[in-house]
Amino acid sequence: MLTNTPKLSVRKLSLFYGRQQALFNINMDIRKNEVMALIGPSGCGKSSFLRCLNRMNDTFDTVQVVGNVLLDGKDIYDKSVDVVQLRACVGMVFQRANPFPKSIYDNVAYGPRIHGIAKSSADLDAIVQSSLERAGLLREVHDRLHQLGTSLSGGQQQRLCIARAIAVNPEVILMDEPCSALDPIATARVEELIDELRERFTIVMVTHNLQQAARVSQRIAFFHSGELVEAGETGDVFTNPQDKRTQDYLTGRY
Amino acid sequence: MVKQISPSISTIFTPEGQSLEQKKRLRKRHRKEYAFKTFGRASVTLALGILFILLGAISLKGLPAFFVTEIKISVYFNPEHRLADPVKKYDAYQEMIAVSLSQKFTDKLSSEDKTALINLVSLGTLKTIHAMTSENPSLWGNRRELWVPVSNALSDYLKGKKNGKLTEKQKEWVQDFQSHHDLRTSFRTSFFTNSDSQEPELAGILGAVFGSIFTLMIALAIAFPIGTITAVYLEEFAPRSWWADLIEISLNNLAAVPSIVFGLLALSVFLLLFGLPRSASLVGGLTLALMMFPLMIIASREALKAVPKALREAAQGLGASRIQVVFHHVLPSAIPGIITGTIISIARAIGESAPLLLIGMVAFIPTVPESLMSPATVLPVQIYQWVEQPESGFIENSSAAILVLLLFLFILNFIAIYIRKHFEKQW
Repeated sequence: MLTNTPKLSVRKLSLFYGRQQALFNINMDIRKNEVMALIGPSGCGKSSFLRCLNRMNDTFDTVQVVGNVLLDGKDIYDKSVDVVQLRACVGMVFQRANPFPKSIYDNVAYGPRIHGIAKSSADLDAIVQSSLERAGLLREVHDRLHQLGTSLSGGQQQRLCIARAIAVNPEVILMDEPCSALDPIATARVEELIDELRERFTIVMVTHNLQQAARVSQRIAFFHSGELVEAGETGDVFTNPQDKRTQDYLTGRY
Repeated sequence: MVKQISPSISTIFTPEGQSLEQKKRLRKRHRKEYAFKTFGRASVTLALGILFILLGAISLKGLPAFFVTEIKISVYFNPEHRLADPVKKYDAYQEMIAVSLSQKFTDKLSSEDKTALINLVSLGTLKTIHAMTSENPSLWGNRRELWVPVSNALSDYLKGKKNGKLTEKQKEWVQDFQSHHDLRTSFRTSFFTNSDSQEPELAGILGAVFGSIFTLMIALAIAFPIGTITAVYLEEFAPRSWWADLIEISLNNLAAVPSIVFGLLALSVFLLLFGLPRSASLVGGLTLALMMFPLMIIASREALKAVPKALREAAQGLGASRIQVVFHHVLPSAIPGIITGTIISIARAIGESAPLLLIGMVAFIPTVPESLMSPATVLPVQIYQWVEQPESGFIENSSAAILVLLLFLFILNFIAIYIRKHFEKQW
């Protein structure tokens, strides 16, 4: 396995909201099939950074991004890149579960439909089934696929959103505090799920929960005031932080 | 040092323990709350009272228009009166009616008495007899019993209006009719099946209702698609810039422009520039469409704005293009709001008369419009025309037409509320 080639490499990335700079010259590599956790105090720019990785920031008129983000060595900010294709490769799961106000089936089938992934309706059925299965939701909803996705519980909704994201078969999944709105049991289920998904996908995840970062991530990156302070193996950063700010944050002095 | 007032737990349960100052503050707060509640209730009562008085007054005035007093006449279709001359023909019909009415009193009538008798029945009876005889010539030489509407003057007299125009002689005849049970009151279906007429007891709203429906259909067919698409473009695709703000301000101003200004615009553009026919429902619809645009665009934009950002992000995160996000997710979620806005604009357009008067919808139109280009009138204009008439029957008719218009408005508003309640819990 080519674990040493980075799946994503970020080079000299800066981000501006209008005239205010939110990210300063970020350099980072994210390896294939690892879970990279982004931590840091509120407003440090980790969510903004995450949204640079699939160009979700493009939807705001005032945001300007400078620098490069290479996906398998190709710049996603290149003019020739189609954002729609990019987002099919780099999926996203949001902080608050946001299923479409449609049936569970249609929620999962939406991505494959717009990208023309399924050849037949039988194919589509299979994709929906396997995505729900992989998101650990199939057993709970198999007999009510045509109920509204919004009728599920919070934890189930978030796993539905994960199923919806993996149905497109992306290479990278970005998660923006996926468990912050869930209770501890639902959180544990999603964490297990993230660990399983790592076999097939590369995952970048923002979290406020340090224990969670320790449990699920292989590597960790600490952001502070728009700068990437420190990045490394999760165990190393937790036990032996190089920077004073990282140390303060991890020991709860913020 | 300032003495601090802190309400301790004990004073909550035992008001006796409260200091004078605490009691004062409490009383003041309660008084304020009471005053505000009383004021609110008074305003609601006032508003309801005014509405009640308005509806009551219109109903009292309008209800008689739904009923008609009829008189029984036994017409002998005297073959001597079978004439071809159009003027003399109607004189002959009058003669026949006068004779049939007079049978109970005398056989010899002065011409004054004849006129006095004729004036008791509606002039529409002449048309009825004409229609019967031309349809069925075998009637000539036979006798038929007919119930025909009474004239406006007799109707006023029967309703007890003091300033009646009946002579003493006429009043005697009427008493005689009453004693023979030759007068009856029944529901006037002709109010719904006839169009405008010179005789209040024959005038109906069918033509105006059809005119209103044609006009609104045209207005809706133009304003709904263009208004919605404009709103979608402005809200979802147009780049934020100073001219987008300018358009927004202009739309808000346009929504507040008096409707008669749209009438002036329609007059100079549709009639004078394009040469479209006056008084046509097509032009009426175009005029109302102009008026509905800004309202619809504003309502649709509000509905689109209310769609949560999370829904857009969810679709974008899956790689949906901008158009897909809008048409697969945002628009379906906003449709209930858009429809509600549309119904409210229709409710406004349905009651409009000023702009339509300017494009010539003031003509007397006694028929149902045949096409979109033929002269038509609409309910509010019909009401306006009837109110101007001197006969009391027309005043009743206009109040009755107002009741019908209000009924339409209530139905439309009810549909709007239903749609809002039914669809709003989507997320």
